[in-house]
Amino acid sequence: MTFDELQEIAERELEAQKQYKSRVHVCMAASCASSQGDKVKQELAKAVTAAGLDATCKVKSVGCMGLCKAGPLVSVEPQGALYQDVTPEQAGDLVSTLSGGQPHASPCPTNTPFFKRQLKVVLENSGLIDPERIEEYIAAGGYAALHKALTEMTPVEVIQQITASGLRGRGGAGFPTGLKWSTVSKAVSPIKYVICNADEGDPGAFMDRSVLESDPHRVLEGMAIAAYAVGASQGYIYVRAEYPLAVQRLKIAIRQAEKLGLSGTGIFGTPLNFRIDIRMGAGAFVCGEETALIASIEGKRGTPRPRPPFPAQSGLWGKPTLINNVETLASIAPIVRKGGAWYASIGTEKSKGTKVFALAGKINNTGLIEVPMGITLREIIFDIGGGIPDGKKFKAVQTGGPSGGCIPAEHLDMPLDYDSLAKAGSIMGSGGMIVMDETSCMVDVARYFMEFCMTESCGKCIPCRVGTAQMHNLLVKITEGRASLDDLALLEELCDLVKNTSLCGLGQTAPNPVNSTLRYFRDEFMEHIEKKRCPAGVCRIKSEAQGVSA
Amino acid sequence: MISTTRPKPPSTDNRWKLVDATMRRHGYKSYALIEALHTVQECFGFLDKESLQFVAACLHVPFSRAYGVATFYHFFTMKPPGDHTCVICLGTACYIRGAAQMTEALEKHYGIKTGQTTADRKVSLLSARCLGSCGLAPAAVFDGVIAGKLTPAAALDKMKEWTS
Repeated sequence: MTFDELQEIAERELEAQKQYKSRVHVCMAASCASSQGDKVKQELAKAVTAAGLDATCKVKSVGCMGLCKAGPLVSVEPQGALYQDVTPEQAGDLVSTLSGGQPHASPCPTNTPFFKRQLKVVLENSGLIDPERIEEYIAAGGYAALHKALTEMTPVEVIQQITASGLRGRGGAGFPTGLKWSTVSKAVSPIKYVICNADEGDPGAFMDRSVLESDPHRVLEGMAIAAYAVGASQGYIYVRAEYPLAVQRLKIAIRQAEKLGLSGTGIFGTPLNFRIDIRMGAGAFVCGEETALIASIEGKRGTPRPRPPFPAQSGLWGKPTLINNVETLASIAPIVRKGGAWYASIGTEKSKGTKVFALAGKINNTGLIEVPMGITLREIIFDIGGGIPDGKKFKAVQTGGPSGGCIPAEHLDMPLDYDSLAKAGSIMGSGGMIVMDETSCMVDVARYFMEFCMTESCGKCIPCRVGTAQMHNLLVKITEGRASLDDLALLEELCDLVKNTSLCGLGQTAPNPVNSTLRYFRDEFMEHIEKKRCPAGVCRIKSEAQGVSA
Repeated sequence: MISTTRPKPPSTDNRWKLVDATMRRHGYKSYALIEALHTVQECFGFLDKESLQFVAACLHVPFSRAYGVATFYHFFTMKPPGDHTCVICLGTACYIRGAAQMTEALEKHYGIKTGQTTADRKVSLLSARCLGSCGLAPAAVFDGVIAGKLTPAAALDKMKEWTS
C-alpha cells in the first residue's frame, strides 16, 4: 500500500458515492438495531428497488447517530432530513419523499441543541460511514494520519504532538497520554505491546461500544500510530463478550486492514510491522483495571497485582505494554492529522479536547453525545439532554459509574473537566452519565453501587473483599430502616478504610458513591435512620423494624 | 518436551472440532484458556467438568486453573441453560428505570430466582451487568434478541409466547 493507492481508493469511493443523488442512512448501532433497525433497512432497500431508484439512491447501514431514544433513526443525505422511530411499514412512504412525497414517518428536528451544541472529533464519522467498509473510512480521510506519522514524523515527534495536545486518558483516571507513550517508548525491550482497553464495564456507559460499532478503523489506526510511537509490533483489543456486534465489526475491520496492508508487515512500505488480535473478556468488571486486564489476556483469572512495576515497564508477559482506552485511541488520528496545538485549543486549561458522554436514566434525550471539555452539566442535561421527563425535578447526575459519585443540582453550573469533577467528589470516569429525578432514592443508589462493587470484587485483597460486603450490609440495613446512627458512623469509617487500603482502583474508588451521596444527601440517610422512612418512596421499610437496631 | 499425542475429546460430538480449532489457532498455548472456554460455551451452552478437563489437558494447565477461570468470570456458566433464556440488564440506567421491579415480577411468575431455570427446563432467568443499551432502559435479552423500553407486563408477554 502506498499513499497514491490510498488516495485512489478514496477517490474511487467518493466517485461511487457521487453517482447517487440521494443516500438513505439507517443507524445500525446496537440500540437502533435492536429496535428493528435491520428490518427497516431491508424494507427501505426493497422500497427503493420497487420505486426503480436503484441507480440514484443508495441505502446503507451507518453507525450511531446519537439520539438512541428515538431509534431506529434514518437520515436522507444530502437533503439532511432525519426521521425518528421509523417502522418497517414506513419504508415505502419514506422512499416516496425522494420524489417529492410527504412523509408520514415522524421527522426528527436537527436544529435542536442536541445536534447543534455538540462538537464531534471522536464521533466525526459516526452515523455517516458504513462501519463495515474500509473504503468509506479511507474516503473520509482515514489512515492518512497513519501515513503522515510513518513517513513524515519520527516516533519522538509523534509523542511530542500527543503531549502537546494535552490529551488525557479517557478511561477514567485521566493520566496524560503523551507521558504514558513516552514512558513505554523509553523502556528498552525488543518486544512491546499495545493494548486497547475495550472492557467497558461501567454500568450505564456505552461510549466505547458505540465507537467500536460505528467507526472501528479509527481505533485500529490509533493503535498503529501508537505502535509506531512506542516501538510495538503486536496489539490486542480486549473487548467485552457482552458486545457481540462490536466484536464482529472489529473482526471485519481487522481483516480489511490486513488485506490492504494497513496492518501486518511493512505498513506503507516502512519497517513498521504491527498486527492486532482480539481477546474477548468474560464479564469481569475488575478486568478494566490494567494489571487485571493483562492477567486476563494471559488466560488467567483477572486479578490485579500491585504497581509498580507499571505495565509501561513490565506488562503483558513481562514486556513493556501501552494500555489505552478506546476513546483515547480514537482521538489519536485527528490529533496527528491536525496537530496537537489544534486539539489543545479545545477545552479547558487542564482538560483538553472533547469528551464523549452516554446520557441515560431520567433524561429526555438518552443517547450519545460529544462535547468540548469545560461545558457545564446544566448545558448537557437541560440543553442537549432536553431536561427531565414528565415534569419531574432533577435530583442528581451520577458520573463515573461505580467509581464515581452523584452530583447534586447546586453543582450544575460547574465546568465539566477532570479536576472540577474530582473536587465535587466524583470522577470523569469513562463518560457514563445517569440522570436521576426526585423519584430516585440516593441511599438506594448507594446500595446499588455497593452491591455492584461487592459482586465484582475479585477477592484478592481483604479490604475490598470484606469491606464492600460489610458496607453493603450496612446500606441494606439503612434502606430497610433497621440502622442506627452507630451504623452510619461505622459505614463512614469503612469508607475511609477501604479507600485507603485496597490494592487496586476498584476497591480504592468503591466508597465514592457512598461518600458523595453522604456529602450531598445526608438528610436522606438521616430520614431512613431516624424517621424510618424513605422520602422518595423507593425503599420498602418494614413497619415492625421500627426502632430496632442490631 | 510436550507430548505430541493430544488428549481425546470427551465424546465424538463434532462440536469438539471447533473447540480444537480455537486451541490450535493459538498453538495450544496456555493463554488460549479463556478463548477455548468461550468456544466450548458457544458450542455447548455451558461448561462442565469434562470439558474443563479436556481443555486443561490440551493446553497443559492444571484442572484447578481451568476451574478457577471458569468460576471467576461471570460470563461462563457451569449450569446448562433452559430451552429459552431471558437476560435482564442490571445496569444503572435500567435500575433507575425499573429493572428491579421487572426482575421481581418475572421471578414471582416463574417461581425461580435470577440465575435459575424452571423445573421443566423451559425458561432460564439470567442477569447481565450492563448490556450497553442504556438508551433503551430497561432492557433485556430474550433468546439472544435485545428488547428495550420494557415493562414487567411486556416482558412477561414475550416470555409467555415460549411456554404457550
